[in-house]
Amino acid sequence: MSDPLLDVRDLVVRYGQVTAVDGVSFSLAAGETLALNGPSGCGKSSTALAVLQLRRPDSGEVRFEGRELTTLPEPELRPLRPRMQPVFQDPYGSLSPRHRIRDAIAEPLKVQGRWDPEKGPARVAELLDRVGLDPAYGDRRPHELSGGQCQRAGIARALASDPRLLVLDEPVSSLDPSVRAGVLNLLADLQDDLGLGYLFICHDRAVVRHVADRVIEMREGRVTSG
Amino acid sequence: MASEALLSVRDLRIAFDGVEAVRGLSFDVRPREALAIVGESGAGKSLTARALLGMLPRGATTSGTISPDLSAHRGRRISLVPQDALSALSPVHPVGDQLAAAVRSVAGVSRKEARARAVAALDRVGIPDAARRARAYPHEYSGGMRQRAVIAMATINEPDIVVADEPTTALDEERRDQVLRLLAEQRAAVDAALVLVTHDMDVVQGHADRVLVMYAGRLTELGPADEVLARPRAPYTAGLLASLPQHAPPGRRLPALRGTPPVPGALPPGCAFAPRCPLAAEACHTAEPEPRQAAGRLVACHRWEELPHPATELFLKERQPV
Ligand code: SF4
Repeated sequence: MSDPLLDVRDLVVRYGQVTAVDGVSFSLAAGETLALNGPSGCGKSSTALAVLQLRRPDSGEVRFEGRELTTLPEPELRPLRPRMQPVFQDPYGSLSPRHRIRDAIAEPLKVQGRWDPEKGPARVAELLDRVGLDPAYGDRRPHELSGGQCQRAGIARALASDPRLLVLDEPVSSLDPSVRAGVLNLLADLQDDLGLGYLFICHDRAVVRHVADRVIEMREGRVTSG
Repeated sequence: MASEALLSVRDLRIAFDGVEAVRGLSFDVRPREALAIVGESGAGKSLTARALLGMLPRGATTSGTISPDLSAHRGRRISLVPQDALSALSPVHPVGDQLAAAVRSVAGVSRKEARARAVAALDRVGIPDAARRARAYPHEYSGGMRQRAVIAMATINEPDIVVADEPTTALDEERRDQVLRLLAEQRAAVDAALVLVTHDMDVVQGHADRVLVMYAGRLTELGPADEVLARPRAPYTAGLLASLPQHAPPGRRLPALRGTPPVPGALPPGCAFAPRCPLAAEACHTAEPEPRQAAGRLVACHRWEELPHPATELFLKERQPV
């Protein structure tokens, strides 16, 4: 078997006295969806932040594309960060309210020094189209979009960095029911076409059963099954 | 027998700055029934519930009738279980005092009697050591206990109608079912009808006798909950149900509705659902359908007879619905 895209061993995250994640291990292959399921406060979001190294874990290993991240100093981590992108629950919260959608999508490329003034705008239009938004939406600001449209824009922004792994934290939980299925279908299409690995955090069992290749149940910081 | 309605809403319209968010809604609430009002953002479901309670936001103008008007009897004949339990309780008074004050606001009972009823109500909703907990403040309660206290508060005066506005939205599945069960049990104990406002079709199953599906400020479908769930007659209801992952056919793609719910004030011409509807025909883009009797319920759709069952295929066709 080839190396997993992501391999997490004995992950521990503490906040003061509280152990939010208590020895969690799992691995995830490219093109695969692994769901983390459990009630609120079970440690699934803390696990996500630790995988992304947005919160450095207190102990344990996070191996991504074969490299151990927890011991990497920030400068060495920086070039790897674009390859693992978060998509959060609140679609409005993850896009700056002042920026046009097109600038929000271009921003990671500019920050990474990969922005090409010639081809960039076409790339942004292509990304919008890829997530099912008319490129004309690029001119709008987040509050001019519906929740579902905004979440699609957030996904386009994540894709701009050519990631291998998306860490999706309740990506459809705050959407209107009639737009949820469309966003889940989009995620399925992107995975089929791009071979992305998904760490899919979700409290809704029906959604989890539908999207996940494998499910890990968490409770009080520990894996209870999976 | 006179009317079997406990409360009748006729041609209710609610507008803000001339923009109608509820656009001519009629329905009844029957004695002791559980009526779910289901809709998404912009459907007008919460505004409708608030209108029953006389709790519309400032700036709302209304027309139509709600009879009887129970808003003057809020807390007695009609009561609210809000989404956010914390907002329903005052932080500066012990929970028992708040329940006792609610009792005294309507019944000529002594302070002592009111207190005793408050403790009994907390005990009924399963708050352990209720006599002691009655003296505690809301912030000393866990989230689950606060929710219970709010349900106790909403039923303590044995109202005719309990309105629950998204009471479980912030909860995970286990807690959701617990709260809905408790709500059902408590309102049944006092013979109250329940108006359950939700965006979640899943909540309707097993928790409502009838369901009113709203879209863009109007009635889309109204009928017995089990029949509507088993065989929806309006394309919107059918699409919503088909897109739930628990009903999905095997395979990666879910049946899905394209587009997003419209915003009040920016409605398409004709049927508000037409831009998203796989059954839409020319007439749908010009005339808005009125609710009509169809298959033992009310359905507002020009083409309800054309809707296949199951309708799953209709919503599977497009690859990239937006
Ligand atoms: S009236 Fe027409 S557009 Fe509206 S729901 Fe019925 S078929 Fe669809």
